[in-house]
Amino acid sequence: MREKVIEIKGLKKSFGDLHVLKGVDLDLYKGENLVVLGKSGTGKSVLIKIVVGLLAQDEGSLTVFGQEVNSLPTKELDKLRLKIGFSFQHSALYDSMTVRENLEFPLVRNVKHISESEKDKKIRRVLESVGLSQAIDQMPSELSGGQKKRIGIARTLILEPEIMLYDEPTAGLDPITCGDINELINQVRDEYKTSSIVITHDLTCAKMTGDRQAVLLDGKFGAVGEFEQVFHYTSDDRIKAFYDYNFVN
Amino acid sequence: MAGNTAERNYIISKKIDQFFIELASVFRFMKRFFVEVWFPPYEFREVLRQCYEIGVKSLPLISLTGFIVGIVFTNQSRPSLTEFGATSWLPALISIAIVRAMGPLVTALIAAGKVGSSIGAEIASMKVTEQIDAMEVSATNPFKYLVVTRVLASTFMIPLLVMYVDFVALMGAFINVHQNELTSLTTFFVEVFEALTFLDIFSSLIKSTVFGFTIGIVGCYKGYTSSKGTEGVGKAANAAVVMAMFLIFIEELLALQIVNFFRFN
Ligand SMILES: Nc1ncnc2c1ncn2[C@@H]1O[C@H](COP(=O)(O)OP(=O)(O)OP(=O)(O)O)[C@@H](O)[C@H]1O
Ligand SMILES: [Mg+2]
Repeated sequence: MREKVIEIKGLKKSFGDLHVLKGVDLDLYKGENLVVLGKSGTGKSVLIKIVVGLLAQDEGSLTVFGQEVNSLPTKELDKLRLKIGFSFQHSALYDSMTVRENLEFPLVRNVKHISESEKDKKIRRVLESVGLSQAIDQMPSELSGGQKKRIGIARTLILEPEIMLYDEPTAGLDPITCGDINELINQVRDEYKTSSIVITHDLTCAKMTGDRQAVLLDGKFGAVGEFEQVFHYTSDDRIKAFYDYNFVN
Repeated sequence: MAGNTAERNYIISKKIDQFFIELASVFRFMKRFFVEVWFPPYEFREVLRQCYEIGVKSLPLISLTGFIVGIVFTNQSRPSLTEFGATSWLPALISIAIVRAMGPLVTALIAAGKVGSSIGAEIASMKVTEQIDAMEVSATNPFKYLVVTRVLASTFMIPLLVMYVDFVALMGAFINVHQNELTSLTTFFVEVFEALTFLDIFSSLIKSTVFGFTIGIVGCYKGYTSSKGTEGVGKAANAAVVMAMFLIFIEELLALQIVNFFRFN
């Protein structure tokens, strides 16, 4: 049996009368890329925000490395967060800081007594990993959407997380840049030995990056498994529709 | 008609409710500030950067306003003093007016417009673009980094700006007095300082510190609690200015009562 790093059971979350997650069950195993697919507004972002404790669930349990996230005190939660990299849907780079300062920000605050040269080395390593060494002194406003995504990923990699959460890493990018980002996600898994959840509604991305696929339908996971299994042998019309729509367009 | 009155009363009572609910949440926000300000990590560099932003960037506007206030106020006060043949009282009158009231008030109102709105907008836009969430997931306390630093900076800087404005306004007044009454610089400032008491200067500084704190905390509060979406950014900036100015006037009135209590007892 492989080791589970995230274990979600019967997770529910509502905003007022809007029931977003209605009993989600999902496991993330060590070393895998798990793709979460789903229509816009089905609660994919909400799900991973609960994983890092940005939102709290109403019901159900969610453990990361065996710790129940919802009931962790702030200090413990922060410790756990250091092991999780969160790449935001819209990058969320600090726009008043240069790329270097963006990368330094989590580093100097979480790694005690780090020397200048060590800091510099780490920054250069992650920038190299995402292929943007030349952008080090640029401001986020000078970067393209795809470059911002990469810097966002670099900023999470700098703390060498064990889990990566990617929120729509390829949304709004051209197919070639999408391909590059997909490769980057796989490269991160191999190079940094991460276990990842990749959220997307792009099936090409899902196919390229996912070891397993999970389709979120109406607040629950409709199907979980390998790509072929989920999409080719499905009897669920909603999954079929999702597949057809993606490849017709 | 009866239904209309009831409806109106309902709306008014709802507005009053909202006001007090908001007041309570401002106080909770303030409480959080007073708790978090004592514990490490301390973001000294960010405090300094904010001091620079607040202090240096407000200087041109504040200098100009202070100077003009000094000139205009002196010029407008002269006729009533001339009637009594008391123009020699001008420096004393002006120094008291500027140090006790005009300096702090003018500075605070301008800073509320310039500093308060920019803090509100900046933090709100960081919230919209999930930068605050990003800090949180990288195990950094965004309240410490964003709120504590800005509130400290504005609490330190506004009193300094007030002293500076007092000086600039007095220089404006001096130029006007010098032109009309041919008073020399030394005479002018001797008269100015003879008129001022320790209580005047001390209370003015305390008051300015409170104004500075108000501007910082209101700006941060409005930004931090803004609704998501780009619209929230403009609203936060706007609401920060309105609320800060409102509170500054209330505090000015309170300060007046308190200082008068000390002055006449
Ligand atoms: N903080 C919040 N307060 C209220 N409602 C929210 C909040 N966050 C999300 N929602 C609602 O929850 C639902 C799911 O949102 P979520 O962002 O998870 O969608 P998503 O699956 O990530 O969609 P997309 O693919 O467009 O990013 C939406 O209807 C949204 O309006
Ligand atoms: Mg989303």
